[in-house]
Amino acid sequence: MEREGSIRIPAGCAIAGIISREGKRFSGDAIRRSMSMMHERSNGLGGGFAGYGIYPEYKDAYALHVFYDNIEAREACEKYLDSRFDIVNLSKIPVKKIRAITGEPLIWRYFVHPLPTRLADSQLDENEFTRRCVFRVNTSIEGAYVFSSGKNMGVFKAVGYPEDVAEFYQIGDYEGCCWTAHGRYPTNTPGWWGGAHPFSLLDMTVVHNGEISSYDANRRFIEMYGYTCTLKTDTEVITYILDYLVRKIGLDFTEASNVIAAPFWSTIASKDEREKQRLTYLRNMFASLLITGPFSILVGFNGGLMMLNDRLKLRSMVMGEKDDFVYFASEEAAIRAVEPAVENLYAPRGGEAVIVLTKGGASHAD
Amino acid sequence: MISINAAGMDFISLNSILRETKEKKAVINNCEGQRYIGCAASGMDITVNGTPGNALGSYLNGGRITVHGNAQDAVGDTMNGGEIIIHGSAGDGIGLSQRGGEIYVRDSAGYRAGVHMKQYRDKTTVLVIGGSAGSFLGEYLAGGYIIVLGLTGDHCPISNFCAAGMHGGKIFVRGVLPPSLPRQVIAAEANAEDMSAVQPYIDKYCRYFGKDKDDILSKPFHMLTPDSKNPYKMLYVFN
Repeated sequence: MEREGSIRIPAGCAIAGIISREGKRFSGDAIRRSMSMMHERSNGLGGGFAGYGIYPEYKDAYALHVFYDNIEAREACEKYLDSRFDIVNLSKIPVKKIRAITGEPLIWRYFVHPLPTRLADSQLDENEFTRRCVFRVNTSIEGAYVFSSGKNMGVFKAVGYPEDVAEFYQIGDYEGCCWTAHGRYPTNTPGWWGGAHPFSLLDMTVVHNGEISSYDANRRFIEMYGYTCTLKTDTEVITYILDYLVRKIGLDFTEASNVIAAPFWSTIASKDEREKQRLTYLRNMFASLLITGPFSILVGFNGGLMMLNDRLKLRSMVMGEKDDFVYFASEEAAIRAVEPAVENLYAPRGGEAVIVLTKGGASHAD
Repeated sequence: MISINAAGMDFISLNSILRETKEKKAVINNCEGQRYIGCAASGMDITVNGTPGNALGSYLNGGRITVHGNAQDAVGDTMNGGEIIIHGSAGDGIGLSQRGGEIYVRDSAGYRAGVHMKQYRDKTTVLVIGGSAGSFLGEYLAGGYIIVLGLTGDHCPISNFCAAGMHGGKIFVRGVLPPSLPRQVIAAEANAEDMSAVQPYIDKYCRYFGKDKDDILSKPFHMLTPDSKNPYKMLYVFN
């Protein structure tokens, strides 16, 4: 598997999300149709989907999706996983061979629980334990790459157009209460399977349209906290920043959005005293996590979805509602492809986080 | 007249039909986000039913495009002449680098409307927005008229960094202005003489969308013009 970073190619992308506020599960076919309407926004070098609530039969197990270059990598990875986890189920992820998707790695799925003794010895909680194991695989087992590691959710991604990736993974056969998707038009790094979006860590996933200019400043900061950036891709660092701010520091998603898309100082100055203090504190405390440059992102997590644009709103994003569903997409036409009668269409402003929770969900880590 | 059912059609096929037809009038039904509709067209009357894709009417040279629905991003990018009429809202970057022609939006527009709009020689460049406009309206404005009517309510219809770096043209805003404007801008209440220049475009807006002119003119307008003694520099350095 050729990884990114060795060459630089001088982003347009497509992103979409659909969530049921009631937490009703629906087929991934809807998000596929939404994405296929934005075909021109991708160039066939990456597409992917994240589905939440798709594994109710194993909802308490971490679902690891792994790419392997070869059997040796698989054997090495499974040996490692066996030493850390109780593997309750393992299988190849079912795929359909199609002309549009070629050169696929071996793609496996494991439902696992951390081994109680190892977990106790580590003195970590099970999320942090699992996160460290995922990083261990991705940084030290040659030819193995864990691309999804949350509970009751999964990422499916490949090199190809999103609608082809959906067919390859038979996304329509999965049912989830929230879906996000991405069509890639890479401009800075070559397309490879792991480099397709969504990027994920535990149950948090990020799909991103844009190109952040603060990548290296952000990377230097986040690597101090044990997050190794292996992909040289800006979206990876956004994923780790959000994991750090929400899961580790305990900010809620609104506060995290005030850090990464902080209002201008001139905007902060116009706020009332309390809000001014709050925003100033967040900007100063996490100055290195301000993300500059164009981005529109959809952040999925167990319990909800956050949409955020960069503070200058350099990328498009539209949202709308119909009954129980909330729709997001880079283009209005992509929402209408799924729900022609969509209501309350709205384009959130730069830096304005929109957080939609499913019933019982919370916008902060438990 | 040619009638096109755009359902399931890719943008290349749709635009080929428009370019190759000898008809002067075209109606596109079931439009599903196809891009570049009417790109560089002249002398055609195109009606779009549905949601046209990005860069609608880019490089438009003449004729008219009417949309029944919302438009997406970059409407009228670098257009030279003709008219675009949107019975709905528009996305970001409408009238970007527009250098001639007129755009009428019944409702609101997104970020960066009319950025670097200009007016070339005998051309008249006009962008009328019925509702409100997002941040960076008329940034680097070099010529032409941007008119924001604020018909969506009593709040200020323009947002942050309006007219930042403006060095030509005029922006008319009906109703209240934001608490502060960039230093390159002079804002004053528009007088009768100022208003007479944009009267024809307000008339057209009312005619196209069935609005009441007296009602629109009942509120005072403000006019923004560039302060040439105070040029634009280094917005992104300190923010």
